Amino acid sequence: MNTETFFGYRRENGRVGVRNHVAILPVDDISNAAVEAVANNIKGTLALPHAYGRLQFGEDLDLHFRTIIGTGANPNVAAVIVIGIEPSWTQKIADGIAETGKPVAAFSIEQNGDLKTIMNASHKAKEFVHWASEKQREECDISELWISTKCGESDTTTGLGSCPTVGNMYDKLLPKGIYGVFGETSEITGAEHLCKARAIDDDVAERWYAMWKAYQDDVIFAHQTDDLSDSQPTKGNILGGLTTIEEKALGNLEKIGRTSKFIDILEPAEAPKKGKGLYFMDSSSAAAECVTLMAAGGYVVHTFPTGQGNVVGNPIVPVVKITANPRTVRTMPEHVDLDVSGILRREMTIDQAGDALIEMIVRTSNGRLTAAEALGHREFVMTKLYRSA
Amino acid sequence: MSIPHLLVHDKEDNVGVVVVEGLTAGTDMLCVVTEDNSSFNLAAKADVPIGHKVALKDLSAGDTAIKYGQDIGKMIGSAEKGGHVHTQNLKTKRW
Repeated sequence: MNTETFFGYRRENGRVGVRNHVAILPVDDISNAAVEAVANNIKGTLALPHAYGRLQFGEDLDLHFRTIIGTGANPNVAAVIVIGIEPSWTQKIADGIAETGKPVAAFSIEQNGDLKTIMNASHKAKEFVHWASEKQREECDISELWISTKCGESDTTTGLGSCPTVGNMYDKLLPKGIYGVFGETSEITGAEHLCKARAIDDDVAERWYAMWKAYQDDVIFAHQTDDLSDSQPTKGNILGGLTTIEEKALGNLEKIGRTSKFIDILEPAEAPKKGKGLYFMDSSSAAAECVTLMAAGGYVVHTFPTGQGNVVGNPIVPVVKITANPRTVRTMPEHVDLDVSGILRREMTIDQAGDALIEMIVRTSNGRLTAAEALGHREFVMTKLYRSA
Repeated sequence: MSIPHLLVHDKEDNVGVVVVEGLTAGTDMLCVVTEDNSSFNLAAKADVPIGHKVALKDLSAGDTAIKYGQDIGKMIGSAEKGGHVHTQNLKTKRW
């Protein structure tokens, strides 16, 4: 099949999306009920409830805003209704999203109550659905894709098969001009010397190492109450045969392939600013948090290698599941988009698997629902840096 | 080539990964090094689940386990050649 182009939705700012959602986005936890009511009233909309947004401050609040605004700004979203308890933060988020040029409307609940807010927002959501549903896909060059990666429920087969498959895809598509991103700061531990060596220059390498070291000192060593062997690797990793964080990290890093260097380091949920190429995002290794942050950074397709069978999805970004573990293919096939277990049987090369993944990415971008989408996985999970005021 | 029982990333490695289900002790394993597609045979000394590691040589407490040609931790117990290597005898050097 032709993998030089795909059919996507060209947005007002020139970016291309592969989905066409009308998102109903709450500023805060207490606006979830109104958001879900609007999405229930108006078919074809997507509610994105979440747990936070009140009394956050400092860097944690900045991250909250960046995540919400980035989610609304993602080109997979055609138009956005923002609902918050009070007008100030609600408008701030709507204004941030509106910089993309897409339709955005803000509604706040105080002095209106849920019912009036729901009615007003539902009328606007219906307008947006009519408008968005007439948008047509157009043929776009493959270089216009922004493709993220993060693996989960890893085992030893991810390092042998599914992660190198993603790496091979990046080796082939990054030179064509796509944007890529990897992250999972804690899970680089054990391979940090190899990761640092993949930075584009000394400045990026030193900044990357300082970021990784700060995570070790400020998060891991500051908060650990016991030996971390129970958390990294996880119980699922250990069942799958991974014994140590070093072993897990070495498999994880296979996702960035052999040839590309990363050109910059992104804060969580930050959009890349240095043009096409591969980026590292400082992020949690928890699947839903990491995918949510990368989606907020503007990435439109996610590649997710799994060994034991992580089932995560995301509401706005299709998550393509790749596994090389034949037991996972046998026991939970409904979660697998691409079976590369042939690599373990030496029936399939990494090169062939990479080509198969590129085909699946193009088909997904053209509109094929992923396993996670078909099964209704819509994990939208904020990363919270510390407790609220 | 026949379907391998065990894959090894790098020629320097002293552990490999079982890639078939239901491997039993005594199996004459076909082992393939993915780096250069070379192969060798090794007798499994235990029932080892898919995805779990097998020692390619006798390993003793204090030895470094090598996989991907890299240090993946220290042995805290012994493993005979063909034996199971996991949390019972291998631990991170990090925490």
